[in-house]
Amino acid sequence: MYYFDNAATTKVLKPAADLALKCMTQMYGNPSSLHKMGVEAEEILDSARKSIADVLNCEQGEIIFTSCATESVNIALFGSLKNSKHTGEKIITTSIEHASTAKCVEKLEEQGYGVVRISSKDVENFSKRLINEVDEKTFLISLIHVNNENGLILPIEEIAKQAKLKNPNLLIHVDIVQSFCKMPLDFSKLKIDLASFSGHKINAPKGVGGLYIRKGTKILKRSFGGGQENNFRPGTEAVPAIAAFGVAAKINRERMDDSLKHYYSLKNHLMSKIKDNSDIYINSPAGCAPYIVNVSIKGIRSEIMLHFLEQNGFIVSSGSACSGSKKSGVLQSMGYSKAREDCSIRISFSTQNTISQIDMLVDAIKQGQKKLIKSC
Amino acid sequence: MDEVILIKEGEIALKGLNRSDFENRLIKNIKQKLKLLGKFRYENAQSTITVEPLEECDMDVVEKKISTVFGIASYSRAAKAPKNFEKIKAVAKNYLQDHLKICKTFKVEARRSDKSFPLKSPQICAEMGEFLLDEFSNLRVDVNEPDAIVKIEIRDKGAYIYSKKFSGAGGLPQGCGGDGMLLISGGIDSPVAGWMMAKRGLKLQAIHFASPPYTSERALKKTEKLVSKLCRWCDCIPFHCVDFAGFQEEIHKKCPKDLMTIIVRRMMMKISQSIINDQNSRGYCNIQAIVTGESLGQVASQTLGATLCTNSVCSLPVFRPLIGMDKSEIVSLARKIGTFETSILPYEDCCTVFTPKHPRTKPRLSDVENAEKNLEIEKLIKEAVEKTKFYLIRE
Repeated sequence: MYYFDNAATTKVLKPAADLALKCMTQMYGNPSSLHKMGVEAEEILDSARKSIADVLNCEQGEIIFTSCATESVNIALFGSLKNSKHTGEKIITTSIEHASTAKCVEKLEEQGYGVVRISSKDVENFSKRLINEVDEKTFLISLIHVNNENGLILPIEEIAKQAKLKNPNLLIHVDIVQSFCKMPLDFSKLKIDLASFSGHKINAPKGVGGLYIRKGTKILKRSFGGGQENNFRPGTEAVPAIAAFGVAAKINRERMDDSLKHYYSLKNHLMSKIKDNSDIYINSPAGCAPYIVNVSIKGIRSEIMLHFLEQNGFIVSSGSACSGSKKSGVLQSMGYSKAREDCSIRISFSTQNTISQIDMLVDAIKQGQKKLIKSC
Repeated sequence: MDEVILIKEGEIALKGLNRSDFENRLIKNIKQKLKLLGKFRYENAQSTITVEPLEECDMDVVEKKISTVFGIASYSRAAKAPKNFEKIKAVAKNYLQDHLKICKTFKVEARRSDKSFPLKSPQICAEMGEFLLDEFSNLRVDVNEPDAIVKIEIRDKGAYIYSKKFSGAGGLPQGCGGDGMLLISGGIDSPVAGWMMAKRGLKLQAIHFASPPYTSERALKKTEKLVSKLCRWCDCIPFHCVDFAGFQEEIHKKCPKDLMTIIVRRMMMKISQSIINDQNSRGYCNIQAIVTGESLGQVASQTLGATLCTNSVCSLPVFRPLIGMDKSEIVSLARKIGTFETSILPYEDCCTVFTPKHPRTKPRLSDVENAEKNLEIEKLIKEAVEKTKFYLIRE
């Protein structure tokens, strides 16, 4: 079975799994305990936090561990209400957010906050259109860095810089789930206040995520308990998962340049193999992340091609894995037709994928085009 | 104090000379349901089956299992006492006190099938009533609309005291109506149809038509889950999963699109009958009916004309217990039996690839038969049957 669904989740690296197991069977102390096993567990957390901070080039104290990126987004977005004087103030976001952000923003909208969603149809002028919306009533901007469905990269650096110039008091949150550990991010230079990311997208286990909170940023604390994670996420830390997260982050950071080269070679090869096939449309825009490729196979519904490829030994995704069988509408919001969205599949790479696997995958897609009944 | 379950038979009690066959089947089914819960003694007398535990067991679980056995009109949890009236009174006070303490009114009903017991039924009622009035100061007698009815049954093997009576699953014991094959799709209707026919005594097997890659693994899992939910009533169900994709592709290629739905239905029936013949030839079942969840006019394949075309390939009777029901009635039954939430999971969308935009609602049998001439039906059936997976599904 060849796995091309790495934007949904990834295989846990063996050194990460080994350390997690050790944390469950040998070093299983509670980081809050006073005895030496507690100290040992605390050191494991510190080490993992340092590895994560190194990836973002920030301070360890700016990282808190959560259970997943969705929890991080919730803490960030609802926490940012501390920055709002009254309801009616404005949030700026995009029309291509992951459900974790989109649903939080919908909830805030229900509570009376104004929401402006910047469409991604005119990608060239995206920053300009967004900055035009920033005013003194804007208290929060929330953006996805790399779109999970088609790899579109939003210019977060430029947007953050311009937005802060226009309104220095607003908070900027970025969903970096699909870019964390995959492309360089330097938070010492970025004017970003909050960033959410996840462990299982970078070869750590499911059940651990993180939130970057820039030093000095004031957000509401909404959970109460034993004071762990600076009271943003109180409760005994998931030491095994966090430990594995640290290992996975360290390994991925060290190999980031090589990984990126590998992704570009895979993507270029895939593009060259399908470019002459007039019934395959590329939905990933130029300049998008090299590890996510979204294509539509004319007439063949996503789920059918997905299951056909599965029967032939290839795992891909239809649209966003978070959306299950429901269509997210992201591709339509970028100007593509419903039929094209209905027929889209997402191919997302890991460093384990090879050129020959791409060859086999494309052959299987072509077989599917010949065999499967067209319905859209 | 010993607690038992008293089970009242439903329409079995109206049977004639073959009544014992039904009763024996019912007891066998009850035994099957309770076999993992402990050892029990079963006694059948005067239209009542008494289930008495012979060892420590969780009577709440026993009661829950009994509530899903078809053929039971009602059941009660009762305390068993020796046939000594002083002891009966003491047991009644002890066993019913939690209930009686929260009631304001009560009455006593007695039934003395053991005529050797010294007190007659009216005397039992009067003396027990007096005793309970003395013991529970909150109670007064109301013979018309009491909050609690204290029931005393004096039977051959002992006296039984109870107050609450629960409705049973009704119907006839599973298996006494023969063996039937349910065509189950994963939607709302077919599990309800299966449940209704199982209630009338059919022992079910189930056939599901999967069309991978047009339908997903999740759609199959969903159907298996639905069958598993039926097993709450039906014990285990033999499940046949037919790989239908190749056959459907052939129909799609070679037959008119507007007849696709009806031809698919006919081929499903043919494949089902082929599987039934195979099952029957193995000797451990004798399937004599097909069960479907059709409701007249609900969709194009369920019109009278379509049903006529489907039936013409069936040599076995096709039971369609939902044929005269509205969707809302079916949904409410699905909720009652616990299949609705699973049925509405959205995993069967892919199959719509084979659904024509404008299916013919009044197909002519001759047109359908002509259209099918383009298919190598026997070969396709053989292939589909050969690729069919067979396994047992349990609750």
